[in-house]
Amino acid sequence: MAKTLYDKLWHSHIVEQQDDGNCLIYIDRHIIHEVTSPQAFEGLAVAGRALAHPEAMLAVPDHNVPTSADRATAVNSEDSQIQLDTLEENCAEFGVDYIPMLDPRQGIVHIVGPEQGFTQPGMTIVCGDSHTSTHGAFGALAFGIGTSEVEHVMATQTLILSRQKNMRIDVGGTLGAGVTAKDIALAIIGEIGTAGGTGYVIEFTGSAIRALTMEGRMTLCNMSIEAGARSGLVAPDQVTYDYVMGRPQSPKGAAFEQAVAYWKTLPTDEGAFYDKEIFLKAEDIAPQVTWGTSPENVLPITGVVPNSCGNENIARALDYMGLKPGTRLQDIAIDRVFIGSCTNGRIEDIRAVAEVVNGRKVSDHVAAWVVPGSGLVKLQAEEEGLDLILIEAGFVWREPGCSMCLAMNADKLGPRERCASTSNRNFEGRQGPKGRTHLMSPAMAAAAALTGHLTDVRELDHG
Amino acid sequence: MDKFTKLSAIAAPLPMANIDTDMIISQQYLKTIKRTGLGIHAFAAIRYHDDGTEREDFVLNQPAYRKAEILVTGENFGCGSSREHAPWALKDFGIKCIIAPSFADIFYGNCFKNGILPIKLPQATIDLLLDDAGRGANAIITVDLEKQQISGPDGGTVSFEVDPYRRHCLLGGLDDISLTLAKKDIIRTYEAKKRLSQPWLFRDPDNG
Ligand code: SF4
Repeated sequence: MAKTLYDKLWHSHIVEQQDDGNCLIYIDRHIIHEVTSPQAFEGLAVAGRALAHPEAMLAVPDHNVPTSADRATAVNSEDSQIQLDTLEENCAEFGVDYIPMLDPRQGIVHIVGPEQGFTQPGMTIVCGDSHTSTHGAFGALAFGIGTSEVEHVMATQTLILSRQKNMRIDVGGTLGAGVTAKDIALAIIGEIGTAGGTGYVIEFTGSAIRALTMEGRMTLCNMSIEAGARSGLVAPDQVTYDYVMGRPQSPKGAAFEQAVAYWKTLPTDEGAFYDKEIFLKAEDIAPQVTWGTSPENVLPITGVVPNSCGNENIARALDYMGLKPGTRLQDIAIDRVFIGSCTNGRIEDIRAVAEVVNGRKVSDHVAAWVVPGSGLVKLQAEEEGLDLILIEAGFVWREPGCSMCLAMNADKLGPRERCASTSNRNFEGRQGPKGRTHLMSPAMAAAAALTGHLTDVRELDHG
Repeated sequence: MDKFTKLSAIAAPLPMANIDTDMIISQQYLKTIKRTGLGIHAFAAIRYHDDGTEREDFVLNQPAYRKAEILVTGENFGCGSSREHAPWALKDFGIKCIIAPSFADIFYGNCFKNGILPIKLPQATIDLLLDDAGRGANAIITVDLEKQQISGPDGGTVSFEVDPYRRHCLLGGLDDISLTLAKKDIIRTYEAKKRLSQPWLFRDPDNG
């Protein structure tokens, strides 16, 4: 029978089919960070259990780490320090590969995994973090889990799961200039809502998806969780193999050839069944920005702030965001810009920002930050001189970490501060208590930094 | 894990859609290495004023609902972050059952691991339960996991569906890690086969 990519990943990882319909699923790779792992290690220790496969794990601190130049001494709370120390101690005790904060490879777990070749097609990959969906860009079944499940994987290398349904989202055609993977992701969430993918694994297909780089595919799969789907998938192809080849943990030589031969069997078979299919045209997608407090509160930049029409959720969002219905999105002034996160903290994102900046200056009333997603992204950008272009324009160039994506360290918005952000969540308080977030692509955030208000990057003259 | 068999308790109405896990427990309270003690921070942003005093307009602050153990709420409850701190905070607060039209997947699974029963019901049924819940302490709701049935204060009952494995674990308060560890041989057989067919997946000195 014709199978989807998801069907193949699922079937190849079934250890046991239980009578109740659930399956015991084998987990190939497990990434951990400091926030969602301490309770799992504690559980193991209390029960006197060992790690099933420490060599299948990778640990990186990212949520709490300072992103200032003096990061070694800048952890600003005792609790954060305890979490960071606990991760390091647990890794030493249980024998897990650990990348310390001051290592050039340190960064956001979902950026480091792919960079290190830890992420490969055909795998199951989990992490106690919802944006684990990012790794689906490689044609791996990757999803976020809770801490109890982290402990289950640590002890058994498996999870008990029920099969999800198959959804296909096809984006045909070619993206216009100034339109990116982030805009596809936001447009999809606008279309199906934040619960639209609940219970499904979404496979992204179509010519506009094929044309994306690995960075773009990661941005797209990263946001699958914002559409309610635990996992997003893009079938592996030459772009994928080229990215994986030669990375520290990638298979080498004959093993790589053998792996590629297997990866080539993964794409969905002709005629395979999807429970739900959605078709979009790339040409119809304009640069997107969110206006509310859910990623589904999204519109093309050419739009206006909507009227609540009696909907309490919308009224609450407008009130929180301090916006009046009918205001043109492009007239909304901003205070801060945050470029970074596991959604848009990769090299391509920083290149896109530098390209938009092109000799211009950040507006004087805007504080604009660039936080590379990893130390290697930072080094690469510096090698290309992008840091100089950005600093010259007035951006602040930071050390890698989650930073203002979730504001667990010192990086946060003040109350009512309005931010153009390349992250993934605009929930109330996400970037700091009472802070106001507008999600958008790096190019759009760069344009907003220059003009001081939300801006259609397509209309910024490229002179 | 705590058992869940049958619960008769006050239900609090919180008819908001898309309550995300950031709202249930915000980032500043995630800096803990424990599972306990988060109850006072549950829903902090909508529960407290800036000065730390309680907001009267938040349902769980109202006298009738301070002892609520059931939450009746809106669609897509628990969306966003996978943080298990969200069910930990709810549990620590005293919530043992959440009834909603739909839940986000990760949060839904996390509840079962912590002895909390999440129940999905159609919006029309939720609307009736919200009415019942609106009567506060005068409207005790009984949730029976064995029978998969909810009885309202006026005697009416509704049935609900739940995954049989999760129900089994909740009823028995079972630790599913030990259940899986009992299958060690099946797992090792799987690994041995996979090592032959996809050797590159297993890290050794030649394989990165
Ligand atoms: S960058 Fe943001 S979304 Fe990504 S892992 Fe860090 S906190 Fe989570």
